[in-house]
Amino acid sequence: MAHSLNLESLFWLPKPPPDFGQRCRSIHDGNSVGQQLRELASYDLDENQLNRLANAIVKARREKRSLLPLAPFRLGILSNSTTDLLVPPLMASAVRYGFDLECVVAGYGQVVQTALAPDSTIHKAKPDAVLIALDYRDYPLAFSPGNGEAAKTAVDAAMDQLDAIRGGIHAGSNAICIIQNVAPPAEVLFGSLDKVLPGAWRGMIEALNGRIADAIAGTKDILLDIAGLASMVGLANWHSPEEWNLAKLPFSSGYTPMYAEHVARTIAALRGKSRRCLVMDLDNTLWGGVIGDDGLEGIQLAQGDATGEAYLNLQRYVLTLRERGIVLAVSSKNQDETARLPFRKHPEMLLRENHIAVFQANWNDKPTNIKAISEELALGLESLAFLDDNPVERALVRRELPQVAVPELPSDPALYVRTLSAAGYFESVTFSDEDLKRADFYQDNSRRVALQNQFTDLEGYLQSLEMTITFQPFDETGRARITQLINKSNQYNLTTKRYTEAQVASAEDDPNVFTLQVRLVDKFGDNGMISVVICRKAAADAWEIDTWLMSCRVLSRRVENAVLQEIVNVAKDRGISQLTGRYIPTERNQLVEYHYEKLGFKQTGSEHGGITLWELDVDVAPTESIPMKVQRHGFAMAASVG
Amino acid sequence: MDNIALYEKLTAIFHNVFDDDEIVLTPQLTASDVNGWDSLRHVRLVVSVEKGFGVRFAASEVGRLKNVGDLASLIAAKVS
Repeated sequence: MAHSLNLESLFWLPKPPPDFGQRCRSIHDGNSVGQQLRELASYDLDENQLNRLANAIVKARREKRSLLPLAPFRLGILSNSTTDLLVPPLMASAVRYGFDLECVVAGYGQVVQTALAPDSTIHKAKPDAVLIALDYRDYPLAFSPGNGEAAKTAVDAAMDQLDAIRGGIHAGSNAICIIQNVAPPAEVLFGSLDKVLPGAWRGMIEALNGRIADAIAGTKDILLDIAGLASMVGLANWHSPEEWNLAKLPFSSGYTPMYAEHVARTIAALRGKSRRCLVMDLDNTLWGGVIGDDGLEGIQLAQGDATGEAYLNLQRYVLTLRERGIVLAVSSKNQDETARLPFRKHPEMLLRENHIAVFQANWNDKPTNIKAISEELALGLESLAFLDDNPVERALVRRELPQVAVPELPSDPALYVRTLSAAGYFESVTFSDEDLKRADFYQDNSRRVALQNQFTDLEGYLQSLEMTITFQPFDETGRARITQLINKSNQYNLTTKRYTEAQVASAEDDPNVFTLQVRLVDKFGDNGMISVVICRKAAADAWEIDTWLMSCRVLSRRVENAVLQEIVNVAKDRGISQLTGRYIPTERNQLVEYHYEKLGFKQTGSEHGGITLWELDVDVAPTESIPMKVQRHGFAMAASVG
Repeated sequence: MDNIALYEKLTAIFHNVFDDDEIVLTPQLTASDVNGWDSLRHVRLVVSVEKGFGVRFAASEVGRLKNVGDLASLIAAKVS
């Protein structure tokens, strides 16, 4: 099975807008220049796009505009390869983390001299940090097969060279060294024996990398694990002999965005900008399916089932994040009790309530909830990352709370962990006892916090979704899905009546029944069938709404208002003046207790068991503009209905 | 891919590489005609063309290129 992650891209970031180049050139004074640049840096940019953004940064500097709130950071770069191609992508990537990065580059082949000479360009620039970007070609690792003594001497010599450079930096400018370890070449000499035989390259480079790590541990200097990055993408991809020959590029330029991102996130970690809290959606993020509809037995979360394993794997990873001090929180559109059920009762669930610091399960928008989580934990929004499978929710959170990191998630949950890991939100340069204790400090009592006033501009967001709603009467094509929704929907379901496929089929041409199957498309894609309505003729001029259900995935998008307008329009057309509806409470449908009231119905009575009865005069039904296009199909066939 | 489509795609790549949406490609266009077309930018151009068209060039092929027309012919030979 081929996986869908393009390792030459920053696949956890959203794709840039089509007019990206234009937007880079038209940075304006109206809003903070630094913020505009940072917004442009937040996309999955390729090397050319990073260069375009860097040009915009250079232009803003030249015009002496303030780049606040970007924080200045000066980085020296020591390398024997061609680094000029790296500087613009580094500048652009640093903006992603809130830095106005200035790079000072040593002359080609001048690494040791620049480090040692007190008056070198790098020392004179007083850098905050110096990146020592050497690769295997830059170390004196002479090939000495079978000669362990010579191999040790060679590695010693390589370390001596690095120590000299490091010492020079510390003495000359007291800057922090960011030291790259060494990606081994893709080629071998003997084959597997390279790992066994002293003096072969593989073994020597491994020994060198071990020595580099040992030498850095416990000092103020930092390791940049390029060997790890290169092995992740594959050594034969990382090293490009063509590009080395062409321009002395130390690695294939396709990985420039990834490399620059790793340098930038290391700088961010150095400045304490790592994120500290992971906020998680639940349905189809932590388990497969919808707990409110599928129930405890229906959600996918089991060993032995490939999909269930994928979610378990994510939970396992999240738990290890917690162990290293990342605070966990939940934001889910659910009823609180329902959402907590898997945490309390599901035998395979790894995450439990006591792992979650704040647990927000309600029907309010997620930005409002995430803001409440941030305030409750006293962690700024820039400390939060938010995981959600739903692109509409992700885009809303990005729009309202740009400080929160929101990764794109691949469609296959098997790749969630890799995505979250590659995004590097929790990159740290230290690990202390304090980190270990942080989870306890935040008292993981899974508490629920009251929401302040909703501040989110939902209406504006809904306009931007480019929604098209489609109404159709029941038909053969939709029959199976209609039946499935009727028998599965528990939450947004007014009466929870269940019908067989045969009953659904018979409704298709029953003259006393008016039916709707509703689909919704938005700019993120096709949501498929998301709502079903059945009205039965109750009197010559009245319809009783027998069934009204909707997928919670399209909650808060005014779909129910659009559906009501459609019912009202058809009713008027067919001489119906009264609509009646009822709410039959179940354990799961508290969400729609006030459905009819919100839509302008008047309560006419109640029955045993909490059932409420509602009525609407279609002539006084509110007409309002709803932010979506409406399409109708197949109604000619049902013209006789009503 | 016909020549018009090829030039269209190549133009978009040039705009991206040179951060200049005004560049108009002609077969006669050379590096000295375009602002910022130095040796480093040339590397980025070659790599971007390789990626954009899904082709690979040998160093000897790149070395022989004299103008945009040569580049377009090389691409056409590889994608056909």
